[in-house]
Amino acid sequence: MNSALLVHRLQFAFTVTYHYLFPQLTMGLAPLIVILKTLALKTKDERYDAAARFWAKIFGINFVIGVVTGIPMEFQFGTNWSHFSRFAGGVIGQTLAMEGLFAFFLESTFLGLFLYGEKRLSKGLHWFSALMVFLGSWMSGYFIIATDAWMQHPVGYERAANGSLQLTSFWALILNPWAWWQYAHNMSGAVITGTFVMTAVGAFYLLSEKHVEQGRIFVRVGVIVALFVSLLQIVPTGDAQGRMLARNQPVTLAAMEALWDTQPGAPLVILGQPDVAAQKIDNPLVIPKMLSFLTWRSWGAEVKGLNSVPKEDWPENIPLLYYTYHIMVGLGTIFIAVSAVATFLLWRRKLYQARWMMWVLLLMFPFPYIANTAGWMTAETGRQPWLVYGLLRTMDGYSKMVSAGNGWFSFLGFLGMYTVLSVLFLFLVRREIEQGPEPVLPPLPVEAIEMLDIPVEVR
Amino acid sequence: MSTIWFMIVAVMVAIYVLLDGFDLGAGAVHLFIARTDEERRTVIRAIGPVWDGNEVWLLAAGGTLYFAFPLLYASSFSGFYLPLMMVLWLLMLRALGIEFRHYIQERVWQGFFDTIFGVSSILLAIFFGAALGNVVRGVPLNADGYFFEPLWTNWRVGAQNGILDWYTVICGVVALVTLVVHGSLYLANKTDGPLNFRARKVASWFWPVQVLLTILSLIATVFVVPHVLENYRKWPIGYVVPALVIGSLAYMYFAHSRRNEKGAFLASCTYIVGMLVGAAFALYPNVLPASTGPEFSLTIYNTAAGAHGLGVGFVWWTIGMMLAAVYFVFLYRMFRGKVQLEEGSEHGY
Repeated sequence: MNSALLVHRLQFAFTVTYHYLFPQLTMGLAPLIVILKTLALKTKDERYDAAARFWAKIFGINFVIGVVTGIPMEFQFGTNWSHFSRFAGGVIGQTLAMEGLFAFFLESTFLGLFLYGEKRLSKGLHWFSALMVFLGSWMSGYFIIATDAWMQHPVGYERAANGSLQLTSFWALILNPWAWWQYAHNMSGAVITGTFVMTAVGAFYLLSEKHVEQGRIFVRVGVIVALFVSLLQIVPTGDAQGRMLARNQPVTLAAMEALWDTQPGAPLVILGQPDVAAQKIDNPLVIPKMLSFLTWRSWGAEVKGLNSVPKEDWPENIPLLYYTYHIMVGLGTIFIAVSAVATFLLWRRKLYQARWMMWVLLLMFPFPYIANTAGWMTAETGRQPWLVYGLLRTMDGYSKMVSAGNGWFSFLGFLGMYTVLSVLFLFLVRREIEQGPEPVLPPLPVEAIEMLDIPVEVR
Repeated sequence: MSTIWFMIVAVMVAIYVLLDGFDLGAGAVHLFIARTDEERRTVIRAIGPVWDGNEVWLLAAGGTLYFAFPLLYASSFSGFYLPLMMVLWLLMLRALGIEFRHYIQERVWQGFFDTIFGVSSILLAIFFGAALGNVVRGVPLNADGYFFEPLWTNWRVGAQNGILDWYTVICGVVALVTLVVHGSLYLANKTDGPLNFRARKVASWFWPVQVLLTILSLIATVFVVPHVLENYRKWPIGYVVPALVIGSLAYMYFAHSRRNEKGAFLASCTYIVGMLVGAAFALYPNVLPASTGPEFSLTIYNTAAGAHGLGVGFVWWTIGMMLAAVYFVFLYRMFRGKVQLEEGSEHGY
């Protein structure tokens, strides 16, 4: 890999990975804030408003960093990947421009109203702003996923006389089946991050015996939604993606599973380290025939192996792809287990007293970030060596006029700038968590507390 | 169809400069006109609810440019690599300065955030002006439609330009002064008391500078790119635009001296739109002229996306714009009038 290509890839990988730490929380929190605002509207309980206000602040900090680290993504399509843009801009320009027009305007307008306007707006309108922020952030997600899905599975295009691609069907691009499954999978992943973060903050408050009532709201809302979305993450969304891969990117699936030879009744690898040179897996732990069943719904079905295509079409970094995929799936399974146990304890009314569970929930919060990141790394390293699958190779897509020296200049600049952002972000979020949701002064009547399923003896 | 998209992109860029211009301008002057913490908070409150939406116009205009003229986007963004990376970093710093100030109540850090906000706003204004100067002057495009410019070479206007030369520096200063006046007029509209007084004073000082620089930049443009007048000769109706620019400058003075705050601000808006439309009119049908010879210039014809895409885009673009217009009217109505600091407000402004 020549050094200019290397630095363009490094910079994009770094900036996009870093960027997505923030939108995954804002997209995950947005529906949770709507739930809190809805509960506030329905129960007329001021505590839900306080909870929503607290999470709006965390949302706000994340949103700002999400926006400022998101602008470089749009820019880099032109600055670092100009040949790709020239080649594919006639198609994906559609979705990228639509994101600006439909999602960003909506989101920024109503976020302004939501954060600044609680006193000026009626309760109903304030709830509506929260809903629109949710809608805007989720639409934004769709347009980006549709763009990526097109790169994974190009549809609705034709080759123009000058070699670039042009759109022939708008609806094919927007309704790309790949996009729908990828979107569903990605969004439930984002909500997993949102719920586990909310639960972790709640667990922290319960463990440190501060803001206990708010802590219970966070934990309760968090674990219930977490169980729901963790299940969705595996079935149907993850499962459907796997089957789509088997049909459209069989090499990628083979690399994710380290399946060297095409075979009927292919096993599912649970553990083991792939050795690409020797084409084997060290100390493998496998479930026989499982991969065939999962991808083709038949125990004996044939699954394509890596050796079925020439090596130049293999993803470049098979071990990395194998591990990111296994980490994602492993963590996804753990999320289901943890949220199922927590929901069970909640149902038995033992959750808030179970300190061990509170510790588990507190310590869980980094893992959804890791799982989401690993999932995206699976998708993107899995698409290699292609930038647009089957049409444009990554090594042909970068800006030939931008030298490695200029690339390193900006890459190092981003490293420095994002370090500053991280320090500031952690500091601000810690402050907000320290400060906590504002106390609600007048205590609630006993009936209301019973209705909310909170044992009275504690407070 | 490509001509329509050329106009659309030009208008979107103009709207971006008009809107984000006033919060950039407010940032550029706030260190000088807002002295107490309360005044600084008032400035931020005046732009707080809207600046992010204004900046979305940059993304929307950029996205529309990408969609309608992919080759232009690819070529100009990679060619202007270095200044764009710096613009990104400045946009980041500026957002932090505005949004994170109120999370930290200590005096030392508030000064720090204010300075970041001020300095990044000033630099951004200069960068945007210089960028426009580059587009008008032309860049060293090769036969593939690509180029790369270092930040500066010998500061002269020639075949191997840098981003900065004497001409683009003038453009940068014009942009800064324009936005200083624009931002001051906006703040005068949104505030009262000493802040309002000082904002109006800054606008009065910089108005003559703006007039002089406008004239200087127009002369310099005709000197650097003589064919800039071709379109005006071909379609004399174009002369309406420079007339509008001069008229709006005169009306700005008139309205300002009569304390017609709204009128002066609107005149400044007209001035900005006039300058940008004038430049776009002179460029057409070029979108990025080549300093290496007119045969290398990027035009709306050799950079536009396919016909089907442009046609479909026109439909959703129209819907999207109508929605955006509704949001903006709603948002600006919600926060209309002079800023009142709300004590103990939930967001701390």
